[in-house]
Amino acid sequence: MSLPRRPSVVAESLAQLGSAGLFLFGILAAIPRSLRHFQETVRQVWFVGAMSLVIVMTCGLFVGMVLSLQLYYTLSIFGGTAALGTVVALSLFRELGPVVTALLFAGRAGTSVTAEIGLMRATDQLSAMEMMAVDPMAYVVAPRFIAGILAMPLLVCVFNALGILGAHLVGVSWLGLDNGTFWGNMTASVDVWKDVVNGVVKSTVFGAVIALIATFQGYTTPPTSEGVAYATTRTVVSSSIVVLALDFVMTAFLM
Amino acid sequence: MTQSKRSFQIGSGLFILLGFAALAYLATQTTSLANYRQGDTYVVKARFSNIGQLKLRAPIKIAGVRIGSVQSIALDDKALDAVVELAIDTRFAALPDDSAAAIFTSGLLGDQYVGIQPGGSPDVLKNGDEIVLTQSSMQLEDLIGKFLVGGDSKTPAKTDGAEASPQP
Repeated sequence: MSLPRRPSVVAESLAQLGSAGLFLFGILAAIPRSLRHFQETVRQVWFVGAMSLVIVMTCGLFVGMVLSLQLYYTLSIFGGTAALGTVVALSLFRELGPVVTALLFAGRAGTSVTAEIGLMRATDQLSAMEMMAVDPMAYVVAPRFIAGILAMPLLVCVFNALGILGAHLVGVSWLGLDNGTFWGNMTASVDVWKDVVNGVVKSTVFGAVIALIATFQGYTTPPTSEGVAYATTRTVVSSSIVVLALDFVMTAFLM
Repeated sequence: MTQSKRSFQIGSGLFILLGFAALAYLATQTTSLANYRQGDTYVVKARFSNIGQLKLRAPIKIAGVRIGSVQSIALDDKALDAVVELAIDTRFAALPDDSAAAIFTSGLLGDQYVGIQPGGSPDVLKNGDEIVLTQSSMQLEDLIGKFLVGGDSKTPAKTDGAEASPQP
């Protein structure tokens, strides 16, 4: 008996990509049916969104503070500390807010979704649902996907708001920049649509991507404890890579 | 079970509320959204030979106080100068018709805005009127050129038709 030929890395990745694409269509098709389990979606918004608030708020505050500190130092070389508020706000809204929140979200919510669905797979709960004529795509996967899309933009807004407060704390209260200069230059240069909404659009896409990767990895995990562990790791790794790559592409197109 | 279901609902509701509150805070406190919300405005025109980096929605100020925004910028294809339409809040309807408009830069590297120096005429500017006295944006290259070529402080800087050089 000859051993089966090991599939090449390229073929393996292509197969993963293909099945993830088909899985996405499966989720989209299951969304109308999942609305009957609307309570489940609400519960998932709580789990992936509200439970991520603490880490997102803490990180937002510190990112804003360190950004303010670093930029104050750099801008003071050029005598341009008046632009501190503008630079902090623009870099937070356009880049750091969506990307850092997405990485946190992948680590905090993505992993728990993968591990939860993966354990359901490993303990045959998904098969049991199918036996009871409950579609796991509609009852388990789609609510988590919708919750990811809903929660990410809201988390990014919270992150940005805390970041601005942190930057204000360091720049104005600590380093002594004028309060009016800080807010005035910021409001004069930041645009609602081009900057704030741009970041929200980005984060919605990131939320969808992370939710897709997390549910896909959990759903297709090998039904062993080792398989669940690998699937959880892969969720973080793939989410981070895809988010950063997609961020570049979207920035290039949305600019 | 019902109890925990209820608390999930309340928690999710609070989370969504907090998210939208943060969005509202960002939109109103950190952007110029509040400045777009204008009441009734009337439009006056001003011609400039050079508008520099003046942009749409740039502020219009008297004595540094914002009274409106730039509504449109177009090139007059006959006279070949820039026609800027200034939308001014109707609360400031008592601008004398000999007021002068000039394009200034806020700070060394800031954005450009239109400063208006009120005149002394008893007649006021009405919708569709034109501000005759204008001064173009100061071009750094021209200033450097004048330094290099002339250096003569007695030659006045040439402005277009503005005998009174307005100050903001």
